[in-house]
Amino acid sequence: MVGIVSYGAYIPIYRLSRDMPWLTWGGLPVGGERSVANFDEDSITMAVEAGNSCLQGFNRDEVDALFLASTTTPYKEKQCAGIVAEALDLKRNIRTADFTNSLRSATIAMRAAMDAIAAGSAKKVLVVAADCRMGQPSTEYEQAFGDGSAAILLGSTDVIASIDGCHTHYNDIMDLWRLDNDTFVRFWEDRFVVENGYLANTAEAVKAIMNEQGLKPADFTKAVLYAFDNRRHQQLAKNLGFDYKAQVQDNIFSNVGNTGSAYALMMLAGALEEAKDGDKMLLANYGDGADAFIITITKSIKKLKARRGIKYHLESKLPLASYDKYLRYRGILQGYTFWENQSAATVSWRDRRWNLNCRGGKCLVCGNINFPPQRICMYCQSKDQFEEIRLADRRGKLFTYSKDNLGPSLDSPIILCIIDFDEGGRFYAQMTDRDLDKVEYEMPVELTFRWMHSERGIRNYYWKCRPLRGA
Amino acid sequence: MESIKDKVAIIGMGCSKFGERWDCSAWDLVVEATSEAFEDAGVGPKDIQAAWSGTLGFAGGQSLAYPLKLDYIPIVRVENLCGTGLETIRGATYALISKAYDLVLCVGFEKTKDRGVGGLGSGEPMGGIHPVFGIQATPPGRYALAATRYFAQYGAEKKHLAMISVKSHHNGARNPKAHLRREITLDQALNAPIIAWPLGLYDCCGVTDGAAAAILCRAEDAKKFRKDYITVKGLGNAAGPGCGKMMTTYDWAHWEETYRATLQTYQQAGIKNPRKEIDIVECHDCFSIAELMCYEAMGFCERGKAKYDIEAGTFALDGEVAFNAGGGLKSFGHPVGASGVREVYEIYKQIQGKAQEPSRQIKNVQLGIAHNQGGHPGTFMCSMGIFGVPGR
Repeated sequence: MVGIVSYGAYIPIYRLSRDMPWLTWGGLPVGGERSVANFDEDSITMAVEAGNSCLQGFNRDEVDALFLASTTTPYKEKQCAGIVAEALDLKRNIRTADFTNSLRSATIAMRAAMDAIAAGSAKKVLVVAADCRMGQPSTEYEQAFGDGSAAILLGSTDVIASIDGCHTHYNDIMDLWRLDNDTFVRFWEDRFVVENGYLANTAEAVKAIMNEQGLKPADFTKAVLYAFDNRRHQQLAKNLGFDYKAQVQDNIFSNVGNTGSAYALMMLAGALEEAKDGDKMLLANYGDGADAFIITITKSIKKLKARRGIKYHLESKLPLASYDKYLRYRGILQGYTFWENQSAATVSWRDRRWNLNCRGGKCLVCGNINFPPQRICMYCQSKDQFEEIRLADRRGKLFTYSKDNLGPSLDSPIILCIIDFDEGGRFYAQMTDRDLDKVEYEMPVELTFRWMHSERGIRNYYWKCRPLRGA
Repeated sequence: MESIKDKVAIIGMGCSKFGERWDCSAWDLVVEATSEAFEDAGVGPKDIQAAWSGTLGFAGGQSLAYPLKLDYIPIVRVENLCGTGLETIRGATYALISKAYDLVLCVGFEKTKDRGVGGLGSGEPMGGIHPVFGIQATPPGRYALAATRYFAQYGAEKKHLAMISVKSHHNGARNPKAHLRREITLDQALNAPIIAWPLGLYDCCGVTDGAAAAILCRAEDAKKFRKDYITVKGLGNAAGPGCGKMMTTYDWAHWEETYRATLQTYQQAGIKNPRKEIDIVECHDCFSIAELMCYEAMGFCERGKAKYDIEAGTFALDGEVAFNAGGGLKSFGHPVGASGVREVYEIYKQIQGKAQEPSRQIKNVQLGIAHNQGGHPGTFMCSMGIFGVPGR
């Protein structure tokens, strides 16, 4: 029986009041707020966040494949799933793949994962979906889109939810699209798009699977339906015969937005957080066709420890101070920053075990943690007596800090930090996702995977610290 | 180990005007400082048998041979971060003691203002490029880490740092060759724009172009050149393994490398009680917090107690021991490779009673410390020297 073993989700800490772009540009107000990835976040880093959340309490060595779904993978030639796999510290002999180009890519990846598990070629597959799309400034899409990610671990044992059936069809239509060099999502008139794309296709898939399984709307505890936007989501539910309030999973549109290829799995994560043994769920995703799944919650759901998902991240937020910050974070408005060329593919490759995997060296002689890893122990000078140890999950306290206005950053000041981990070890890092007025020494912090800078087309990723999220 | 005390003499020195020398290349600055030193010693380039070129910005011995058109003599370019200038003097001192040469030249210089942006950049002190570790951290950002921690540990405040800066500007304002010749008030220092919290504009030294030069010979030959020469009393150097920022054992509230170099230098010079024996200290005050923690690292007061001496004016021009009488890096400026030689220049001139401007001349100066620490907290190298009247 193939099913869901674990899940996780991530929403960036910043929320932009949609009135801010609307007051700048006019047009139609969408209302509410949307999530905005910090300047040092992208689909890769958000995928790592959701993946980490999903894998809490699981043995990372049991993951046989990592599928990354996104329409906004930063590299077009070079696999991004590999970066996510390194940062998630997954073992080396696994399959990794990018599922891109379609807003439906998450559920396309999910079906591929299910097939691999059903065929016996993988026991556990991690599907991670993340998106950070940009609507053209002044359009409703800019207000409507949000940034976020979700992950599900699929397997055949200890499943918290079994997947009992699925339907897929493809459909070619110019509704939303981007060409290779497009920064912003292109679109055709929404009345055409919604009617002939979203509503028609999603309903087609849902009806097909219900028909096949002999189910009717009233049989479902929860329907997790991809949402074009709030109004059209309600329209779809009504067309399908669901009681919107009682049966349809919250679409987080008013407080996060349409998160593209991550959207359906984020809503699924939200539904799983509240799910109970025996619940029957429908998952329907749209994009270049549609996927629909019938899911039944098992009694194992009680055993899965609470994790950071939708509810957790919704409650933990900071208001983005202004619309221009959004423009700056996404690189739409480019200020002056003097970046020194620090990219070096050779160094990044040599140091990947600590740059990406966040592994330090624990001295076998004195027990102290050396980070970055060393040949000769900083504490006892023993040579080459280390075991690698993963530090990414460690929490610590801020030993000291400074707020550097001079360093190159898209969001000055840079908060330089010295962290002492609670379980030993010191880490030199920048602090992100911070409320400037609340930075103080000894505050609890945790690590987060972030983009540092780019030159020569190399996106450099590393670990920063942030105030313990939700603390 | 044999003592080097009083074996080598400085018989001539020169120092360029420090500042944003837009119209001068590094070579112009070298010529300016060295010409003064030649004139001061009464020698010429043809008398020089070997030379040390101290700079971060230029490679090779040619960096000195070229601007001065020196004639195929041995020259090595020395680089030891902010200790670079003092390292030229250390190398020259040992060469003279070994009797390999009889008359040598040391020049420290830097052209910092050709970068197109302010500041000195944010490269790792140990050089090379790292794509992610320690990046985007500027010198003030790194020193500010120590300030934050020192405040937390010892209860000093921004006010104490401001008082140091007010003192340094007071001294620099009286020094004709200084970069920033303007007195500032405590309010100005406290309310200045923040560069890297808790360090404000006036907690940070100038980014400066400049050069300084020294001509050295063995002490027994010095009288041939002048009566009021000074001698080298001791030279220390401590390079930390650079792990402070990565090790839980570093408290970020003291300068270990300076402390270690101090032990070496005091032993060589026979200093037991610096506060009584030393008259003047030119210390590395790239940031006000650097000077504060130097008071403690050099044994002028106990750890954590600097604030009391700052409040008492112990280290003012007319205080017990004048720190940075020349204005320091803060106000005189910090062309990295030049700074160590420039500090010795201040000690040299003060001892000779030639402090250019009467109001900044300290009476009866006999012994002075020149000090630099390069890198950033937890990752320093420290160069240090004591210089003074012969036999003292």
